[in-house]
Parts: sequence; structure tokens; C-alpha cells
Amino acid sequence: MTTQQTPSVSLEDASLSFGERTLWSSLDLRIEQGEYFAVLGPNGSGKSTLLKAMLGMIGLSGGSLRILGRPARRGNPEIGYVPQQRPFPAEAPLRARDLVGLGVDGHRWGPGFFSAARRRRVDELLERVGASEYASVPVGLLSGGEQQRLRVAQALASRPRILLCDEALLSLDMNHQQAVSRLIEEYRRESGATVVFVTHEINPIIDDVDRVLYLANGRFRAGAVEEVMTTPALSALYGARVEVVQVNGRYVVVGAGTASEGAAEDCHAHDVEGGA
Amino acid sequence: MTPATIAPILALSGFWDRVFVFDRYGELLHLLSQSVLAGAILGLVGGVIGTFILMRDGAFAVHGIAELSFAGAAFALLIGFDVVTGSLAGSIAAALIIGLMGARAGQHNALIGTLMPFGLGLGILFLALYEGRSANKFGLLTGQIVSVDRAQMLEMAVGAVVVIGALLVIWRPLTFASVDPDVAAAKGVPLRTLSLVFMLLMGIAVALSVQIVGALLVMALLITPAAAAVRITASPLRAVLLSVLFAELSIVGGILLALAGSLPISPYVTTISFTIYVVCRAVGALRRRFSQSGRSGRPAEAAPAGAAGGGTGPAA
Repeated sequence: MTTQQTPSVSLEDASLSFGERTLWSSLDLRIEQGEYFAVLGPNGSGKSTLLKAMLGMIGLSGGSLRILGRPARRGNPEIGYVPQQRPFPAEAPLRARDLVGLGVDGHRWGPGFFSAARRRRVDELLERVGASEYASVPVGLLSGGEQQRLRVAQALASRPRILLCDEALLSLDMNHQQAVSRLIEEYRRESGATVVFVTHEINPIIDDVDRVLYLANGRFRAGAVEEVMTTPALSALYGARVEVVQVNGRYVVVGAGTASEGAAEDCHAHDVEGGA
Repeated sequence: MTPATIAPILALSGFWDRVFVFDRYGELLHLLSQSVLAGAILGLVGGVIGTFILMRDGAFAVHGIAELSFAGAAFALLIGFDVVTGSLAGSIAAALIIGLMGARAGQHNALIGTLMPFGLGLGILFLALYEGRSANKFGLLTGQIVSVDRAQMLEMAVGAVVVIGALLVIWRPLTFASVDPDVAAAKGVPLRTLSLVFMLLMGIAVALSVQIVGALLVMALLITPAAAAVRITASPLRAVLLSVLFAELSIVGGILLALAGSLPISPYVTTISFTIYVVCRAVGALRRRFSQSGRSGRPAEAAPAGAAGGGTGPAA
């Protein structure tokens, strides 16, 4: 390894568009190893699409995207993915431990019945996220917070060097938000992994975040939280007057009278919900 | 007793005489041992694939495929061709159409709902044109046990090996893609390919089942046993094993009882599988009520979230 570490994620002159609509273009970005990086923006700003591009699930329309120095590709074991919480059907024949097991070897061919190695690894992961107690409970009967702990365990299964979180704390209550974000931060500190967290609500992770990328209306701004989460910076992104207020270290974004639709939506998203 | 009260009793006993006839049962059983074996093969296939069909919410697709399978079989009957091949062709055509149009079975309901009556209509047309034994016609819809000959038996065995062998190969990624498609996709699991392969396997399983239980009742073999199993276990492997057990009980039990009566086989099979389902549902409901659903240690502090998805926090 050279003195200059390979960046976890590097985007050069990247652009992404669907037909006529350009989500973003001329995006240059370098996320260093071990960094906690948040991607913010209102719905439809292309933040989840950026994450899908990192996962290799969609290609860029232009420019380059490299993950740990190599072109993004599907099924990269260096990446762990923590999705948004979604309910499972109550009857899904899947226990907590099976969900985590899918993260360990669910992508492999063959039935893989009775693997002692997988069992051990699953137990270890369950223990790590504090889910041993409900290891045998059907996932459909778990609370959203419990499910998200399992999602973290599932993502950590391949010991990834990059954790991609897609609205991973959405629709959790505050205790669970804290518990789950602590698990993510612990892993980052312990393993030196990079975290890229896509969210439209920065407050639950504000204490951990190093830098943010804010996407809105095809424009973007990257930098430290204090630089980006300001009235002038966000107003420039939205192309309308947006007020950023800081309360106890949390951010509240409020659209002014003439705010565009996007800004109005955003101010809703950042409302005072993530208090200390 | 007046004759008026005796008549219904007599009629009723006449009914039971038709439902259960055990005269010369041993001889019959010997004659139809092929059918029992065919049933056992079907039970195995149905039980294994049923669990995956359920995970993928594919019950309606099974029904749609079955109707086109019926059309294929009816056409084969009409032109004097092998019926198993006919129903296989119909099944596979349906499976391909449904499979190629998207990634997941649950999204195809409108398409399936459109295909299904078309298939049934075609099948009825072919049957109306057919001038052979009417029992053959009826059998395709409601099942028959007398028709399994050696060649068909071989076709069934080959079909079963193909379906179960292929399922074993794609077992883990198919499970992943079925219960957790978003993360599976992120992990590089080829969802579309798996979906298509699974549709084909489902097509084969349906075509095999149509021979015995009939097009209208394949669900009793491919859905009901698995639906019963997941009511009493959440372990994926145990669900498959129980589902096979229930399917075997239904089909082999149904055939053995049907041998003893003069009715079609399907009411026996469906009654057994439905009874198993009802019992499993009751057992599952009782267990959920009086246990912690497998939680260890202190009683869970969190209320089950179920479909609501939990989290009382502010949802954005």
C-alpha cells in the first residue's frame, strides 16, 4: 500500500440520467477509507441511484466510478448493504438466524444444508448485534428495530470494507435508531471500514458523520457538515430561500415562503424529529 | 319409522358406499401400484417446490400455468398425442410467458388473470371437439388414477429428478431472491435468471401434477401442503420437510382412498390436504398465542410488529 491510500469510492466527472432527465452530472467525489460519509437530499434527487451505482446495479451515463480502486461491479464482497426496513410477511418461513445466514452464503449455489461453519458465523453475528435472544423467531414477528439489527448482521457477514446504508434508520423509533447507528459506527471504528449512509434525515447519525454530499434539483454540494448544512449552501442547491436552523447540534431545514416544492418536502424531512 | 325418514338415510348410506368401497381392495391396489408410486413422486415434487412457490407469492401463477397445461393436454388428447407431453408443452409456454415479463411472480397477476381463462377456453374447445371416452376429458380437469402407464411413469420420474435436482442447485440463491430480493440483488444474485428458471420448474411440476389431480386442483398439491407447513414452523428446511410429508399424506392417502370408491380422486386429495391445513393453522395460532414464538430469555420487550413494520418513531 502506498502512503496515499486507495479511496473507498471515487467518482470522476460522473453523470447519471434516465432518458431526458439528468439526476446529476460532473460529479467528482473521493470518499476515503474509514470515512463516515452521508448522502443527503430530498426524494428523487438521485441519492439511492448513486448507491445503486456503487453496488454495480446500474451503470453511470458518463464518467467513472471506482470502488477501492476497481470499477464498480455487482456482488462485490467488499461491500455490505444495509437496506431500508420493510415488513416481512408474518408467515415467511424465515427465522432471524436464516436472514443473517443469507448474508453469509445466500449467494452461493447448492443447498448448503447443515453447514457447521455457517452456523458458527451466524451465531457470532447475532451475538454481535445483540440478536441472539430472538435468533429463532420468524422475521415477520420482529419489530422494525430488531429487523434492522439483523440487517446490520447480514451486511457484516462478509466482513466488508465498505458499508452502504440505504435509509437504514427510516421508520424506526429513536431508541432503535440509536442502537442501530451505534452498531454501524462500532464496526467502522473497529475495522476501519468506510460508511456511506444515504438518508434524507441526517440527525440520527450527525455525531458520526465526517462529510456529506447534498443532492437537490440536479445540483450537489459536498463537504463537512458545517459547510453544507447552512442557509446559503442549501438555498443555492434548491434555487430558493431555505433556512437552516441548528438546535442542540441537530439541523432543521425550513423552507421560506417562496420555497420550491423540493425545498418544502425537504423541510418536512428534516423537521425536529431526531433530537438528542 | 315412516318411509319418508328412511329414504334420506338410505340415500346417505348409498353415498358412503360410493365414497368408500373396500371390495377386493388388495387386487386393486396391486393393479394400481404404479399410480400410487406416481402419486408419491408428485408428493415429493409438490412438497419441495411448494415452499418456494409460497415464498415467491406464486400461487396464482400456479393456477394460471395449470389452465394452459390443461389446454395443452386437451389438445394432445384431441390429436391423439401423448397427454403428458401436451400438458408439459402448455405449462412451459405459460411459464415462459409469465417468467419473461418480469422479475417476480407476484407482479404478474393481471397477466396471469388474462392467460388463465384463455387457456381454460382453449382446453374446453379441444375437449368439445374430442370424440373419445368422456372419462378422459373429465380426468384432465379433476384428476384420474387409472391412466398412468409405464411411459408416463418414466416421464414423471424424469420430470421429478429435473425439478428437484435443479432446485437443489439454485436452493440458496433462490431462497435469497425470494424472501429478500433487494439485498439479494445488491449481493449480485441474478434475480431475473432465477425467476425464469423457477417458472420453468414450476411449469414442469404443474404438468406432472395435472396428470393425477387434474388442472383445477393442482393447488391442493403445490400450495396447500406448503401453506400448512409454514403455519407451524418458520425454519426453511423444516418447512420443506413438513410440506413434503403433508403432500405425501394427501396424495398417497387420497389415491388409496379413491381406489376404494367410485368417485374421482381429487375430492379425497383436497379433503385431506385441507384438513391438514386447518389443523396446522389452529396449532400455529395456539402456539403464537401461548408462547414467545421462539424468543429466549426474558419475555420480549418489543411487541410483534408484524405487517405494521414496527417502529413508532416519526416516519418521513
